Amino acid sequence: MAESSSPGAGATSEPTGTQGCQIIVDMLIEQGVEVMFGYLGGVVLPLFDKLYDAPIRFIIPRHEQGGCHMADAYARASGKVGVVVATSGPGATNLVTGLATAMMDSIPIVAFTGQVRTELIGNDAFQEADTTGITRPVTKHNVIVKDVNELAQTIREAFYIASSGRPGPVLIDIPVDVQIKRAVVPPPTKIKMPGYHIRTKGHSRQISMAAKAINESQRPVLYVGGGVILSGASEELRKLALKANVPVTTTLLGLGSYDQSRAESLDMLGMHGTAYANYAVQESDLMIAIGARFEDRVTGKIKDFASKAKVIHVDIDPASISKNVRADIPVVGDAKQILVELTEAVEHRDRTEWFEKIGEWKSKFPVTYDREANTIKPQYVIEELYRQTEGNATIVTGVGQHQMWAAQFYRYDRPRQFITSGGLGTMGFGLPAAIGAQIALPDQVVIDIDGDSSFNMTLTELSTAVMYDLPVKICLLNNGYMGMVRQWQELFYGKRYSQSSLKNPDFATVAKALGAVGIKVEKKKDVPKALGKMLAETRPCLVDFHIDREENVWPMVAAGKAIHEMDGLDIFESMA
Amino acid sequence: MKHIISALVQNKPGVLAHTAGMFAARAFNIDSLAVGRTDDPSLSRMTIVVIGDDRVVEQVRKQLAKIVSVVKVQDFVGQDVVARDLMLISIAAPPDKRPEILALIEMFNAKVVDTTPKSVMVEVCGPESKIEAFMDSCRPYGIKSVVRTGTVAMARQGGSQQNSNS
Ligand SMILES: Cc1ncc(C[n+]2csc(CCOP(=O)(O)OP(=O)(O)O)c2C)c(N)n1
Ligand SMILES: [Mg+2]
Repeated sequence: MAESSSPGAGATSEPTGTQGCQIIVDMLIEQGVEVMFGYLGGVVLPLFDKLYDAPIRFIIPRHEQGGCHMADAYARASGKVGVVVATSGPGATNLVTGLATAMMDSIPIVAFTGQVRTELIGNDAFQEADTTGITRPVTKHNVIVKDVNELAQTIREAFYIASSGRPGPVLIDIPVDVQIKRAVVPPPTKIKMPGYHIRTKGHSRQISMAAKAINESQRPVLYVGGGVILSGASEELRKLALKANVPVTTTLLGLGSYDQSRAESLDMLGMHGTAYANYAVQESDLMIAIGARFEDRVTGKIKDFASKAKVIHVDIDPASISKNVRADIPVVGDAKQILVELTEAVEHRDRTEWFEKIGEWKSKFPVTYDREANTIKPQYVIEELYRQTEGNATIVTGVGQHQMWAAQFYRYDRPRQFITSGGLGTMGFGLPAAIGAQIALPDQVVIDIDGDSSFNMTLTELSTAVMYDLPVKICLLNNGYMGMVRQWQELFYGKRYSQSSLKNPDFATVAKALGAVGIKVEKKKDVPKALGKMLAETRPCLVDFHIDREENVWPMVAAGKAIHEMDGLDIFESMA
Repeated sequence: MKHIISALVQNKPGVLAHTAGMFAARAFNIDSLAVGRTDDPSLSRMTIVVIGDDRVVEQVRKQLAKIVSVVKVQDFVGQDVVARDLMLISIAAPPDKRPEILALIEMFNAKVVDTTPKSVMVEVCGPESKIEAFMDSCRPYGIKSVVRTGTVAMARQGGSQQNSNS
């Protein structure tokens, strides 16, 4: 009976209940899923047959990796769970990079993979892969469902696990025969799993200790990560910063959690952070870390990171606390609730001296570049983009120098405005992520600021944007190099640019061939007009900016250095 | 320092792989790992001996607790526990050495479970130090083969539970 994947196949022997493939669709609807991404294959045909009639919008990428990044960015842009489907074997393995990307940045995804028939598992059947084995380290949780009676509850639990606590991707592997068999679906109940408990409420004694430390601090800094965005706690963060009178710096993933146009914003810290953020951290007597995890790109040489400071660490994941830097006052729980309680408990303090010091650093070391150059400076393109979009666009990036420039030169004032692969640093994330974000935000301007090499990895998804008529915009900062790699080779390998330049296609022509609009810009004076055209365009549009090829990202903290030991500040001073 | 960590896990396929994979991925140094069913058929108990400083062991405990199918994790450090290891050891035992070996076995409260003309198989149970001491004492005669279960442990009744964490 399981020979055929036709939807009716299991019906004669098991006449009661709902088929597994229909249960999946019913559960998706029960979970409120409106859009999903994915790709077909033999062992997911029963599911796709049911999706044919389902009230769920379906987006087919050109590659499962693209589909997974789309689901990921859909989740990042909307705050909902992203859903992706793939077939067994190669379909499932193509998801791995996307799952790992979501895992590192704590993004909620539920991935469904088809699996070969239960009785063939372990036999090296056609398109068989040990999907749960392969994806275990890149998912928050995964499970193979071998009994159709467990399918519905497993899906409910998957959505709960993906979206609660510290979010993350969850994968459910479903053999084709389980999709065909029938079961009676129990009504939804409150989910209880013996091994899954989340502490959302912070310990009140810890919170009052934290408040006391803030009140006593002379030079505090709020160090904010993506956790604040995931928790939806930007407003609460703003209230705490203003009431307690504390400056705020964010990680790459934290950008947008705090309005960068405000005076107390120190912008981003870390390897390519601002000098004023890094100096403030190094001089601070109290670090208030919220939803951040002291990653090495942030801390530089860990021993010398904020060495004068006491550390308060608020995080929903107990395992993040004291992993890299020992917390003096750990508070486990949801950032939003804890920020509310902290704000109630803190008192306003005059910190004129501290803010004056920060003001000095800010005026002495602004992030800048050579505005007089005749070449197209990437920073100029982004500043001009910022001006023309009035700072309102949702920005998505690839990985490399352009990603850092997008972090430094566009300014973010709302959460979920900046979408980037921070933890894994996945080149090729940009375009599919822009598509996922655009689907979540149909009325907003979504722009992929991408690098030529990153874009090359997934540019096939331009066809997807065309097929679904999505007005995504690609602002390609084309230096003809794997620029970030070239920068490291310049600085640390004596300018030996081993294998770091590619022969690129003419991207504007490629865009046109795929049905999008393509514009090539080689002169500085053409930048504003090209951007204007791009922004006015309702079709997918790519602008290929031939930028200054050897521009570097400054400032920079070299590997192994403490974060106040920045290179490139002299360059800023000479231009100030 | 050595820590004995006890984890109650759901008796489901993949749990052992998940746990072992986490240890490998995070480069934790595992001395031994013993798994067995409990009185509740839906739960198994893993006893893990980890070597590391307090920070590493704290991470092990937290990362274990984070695995969805892990129900409860306890670090027995600082607690009054009974810890036992079981070893089967086969020792070369020619007739002229046999009396000596049997005396040794008796001294350690061990048990002969099989004999051949050339060797004896012995079962030893006890704290790890005893097992190690017995093995050392057997070395001069020639150890043919060793099998050990790895440590299992239980806190004594009334022992402090302050390190428990679910
Ligand atoms: C999938 C993947 N492979 C390799 C890398 C290593 N890497 C980081 S940045 C970079 C170069 C990126 O070049 P490009 O996209 O052109 O951006 P640019 O730095 O030039 O702005 C490489 C190869 C990566 N991050 N991701
Ligand atoms: Mg490049």
